[in-house]
Amino acid sequence: MKSDIRGRIIKDRIFKSLVTLLVFVSLLPLLLILYYITKNGISVINWEFLTQLPRPIGEAGGGVFNAIVGSIMLIIISSVFSIPFGITAGIYLSEKKEGKLCNIVRLCVVVLQGTPSIVIGIIAYIWIVAPIQSFSAFSGGIALGIMMLPVIIKTTEETLKLIPYQLKEASLALGVPYYKTILKVILPAGLSGILTGILLSVARITGETAPLLFTAFGNQFMNYNILKPIDSLPYRIFYYAMSPYPEWHAFAWGASFILVVVVLGFNLIARGIAIKWKVQF
Amino acid sequence: MESTILRIEDFSAYFGENQILKDINLSTSKNLVTTLMGPSGCGKTTLIRCVNRMHELIPGTKVSGKIYLQNKDIYEMEPIILRRQIGMVFQKPNPFPTMSIYDNVIAGYKLNGIRLGKDEFDKIVERSLKNAALWDEVKNSLYRKGTFLSGGQQQRLCIARALAMNPEILLLDEPTSALDPKSTTQIEELIVELKKTTTMLLVTHNIAQAARVSDYTAFLYLGELVEFGLTEKMFTVPKDKRTEEYLTGKFG
Repeated sequence: MKSDIRGRIIKDRIFKSLVTLLVFVSLLPLLLILYYITKNGISVINWEFLTQLPRPIGEAGGGVFNAIVGSIMLIIISSVFSIPFGITAGIYLSEKKEGKLCNIVRLCVVVLQGTPSIVIGIIAYIWIVAPIQSFSAFSGGIALGIMMLPVIIKTTEETLKLIPYQLKEASLALGVPYYKTILKVILPAGLSGILTGILLSVARITGETAPLLFTAFGNQFMNYNILKPIDSLPYRIFYYAMSPYPEWHAFAWGASFILVVVVLGFNLIARGIAIKWKVQF
Repeated sequence: MESTILRIEDFSAYFGENQILKDINLSTSKNLVTTLMGPSGCGKTTLIRCVNRMHELIPGTKVSGKIYLQNKDIYEMEPIILRRQIGMVFQKPNPFPTMSIYDNVIAGYKLNGIRLGKDEFDKIVERSLKNAALWDEVKNSLYRKGTFLSGGQQQRLCIARALAMNPEILLLDEPTSALDPKSTTQIEELIVELKKTTTMLLVTHNIAQAARVSDYTAFLYLGELVEFGLTEKMFTVPKDKRTEEYLTGKFG
């Protein structure tokens, strides 16, 4: 009897240590990635790297300023496109709950979420790049915006579904019209969740390269025109890393470091908003 | 002669195939509390929700018969206009979580886009909170979020929010069912106090509460209005056998 219990205790301990060990093993790749990027990237980072344009090979110095500006522009274009549509669709799904159109929209969201990013890039190429006969920041922004849509729709829907129905009743019973109830009572109550979703979707697309290959294309010069090709951090990393020159490899590490810091930053801000702006019901 | 505020005539309500209310006839008079009492599922909440047409939010509901508010047929009014004239307090306190106490009280004005000066809003807030017996407790924290208050305080805030709109009638849908005994007593005292100025329709499944606060009582059972009359009379000499059985605790 007693030995039986001891056996169980030992099994229990083995299980606990195994779980802890596996957690560390699964965290290892992430820590290694962060370590390598920081080790190789941080030495390149300086003011010049952040504020100057790329220079031809053979010439020392230069930076990735055009890629940083390009990435910011792409984020703005894709957000302007996807946030209004995404939130509206999320409101629709959370309000309607059942119905044919609702199920179709939900299915579309799932399919869109599972669509490979390169396919979305090709679609944006056919729709926008081919007709206007030029690679452009605009087409890249739309491709990334399409990738943001499912994330924003889903988080908006889930957030608004958690808001108590009594709140809507309270507003309607005061004679507040339905649209104002949604805009002034329901949306503000779900604001932190929706913002979190938007930031996570931005974090997701900031590092996307594939859809940009056919759309924003890349540009080693500075460009502020949204109808012209534009550079972006992931594209710059791809370009530098594929080159045979060690100086450019170092630049690729530097750009990777910036990208990782930015994406990590978005995720941390999203977490912060989710905790700090949480509405108590 | 008391003036009639709300008159319900031959009113029936259906949810899909089920008839929930059967030919209800009822009227309430100015500055009196009328209680709808009955066991769960008797249709009392449905009836009170038909008065401000909140039942229309649930698909599949149908009604027949008439309800008049101040002699106007409510089913010929715009629901939005109707609901501004009728205050409602729900089972669970539901202050707006994103708004301060101050903004919660004047939410009916703010959300409906009714613009008034700061002085007027200040007056409305003070008057409504005083009427809801909450002013002394919150006058120093008007700009804090309403959700930090206790459950009973939140419910009185919801009453203040409804009173701020100067409603013709105040609907109270089991306002104390989510509250502790002390808060319940406070709300009941408040209802008695509010009688001076406000007409109220109260839903409760608490017999003692009906006896304590109401002037008239309606007993509903299985969608039927079994008995309607002065509270004192009904509780001492009920006319219907079912009322007597309910009051003596044989069912419900």
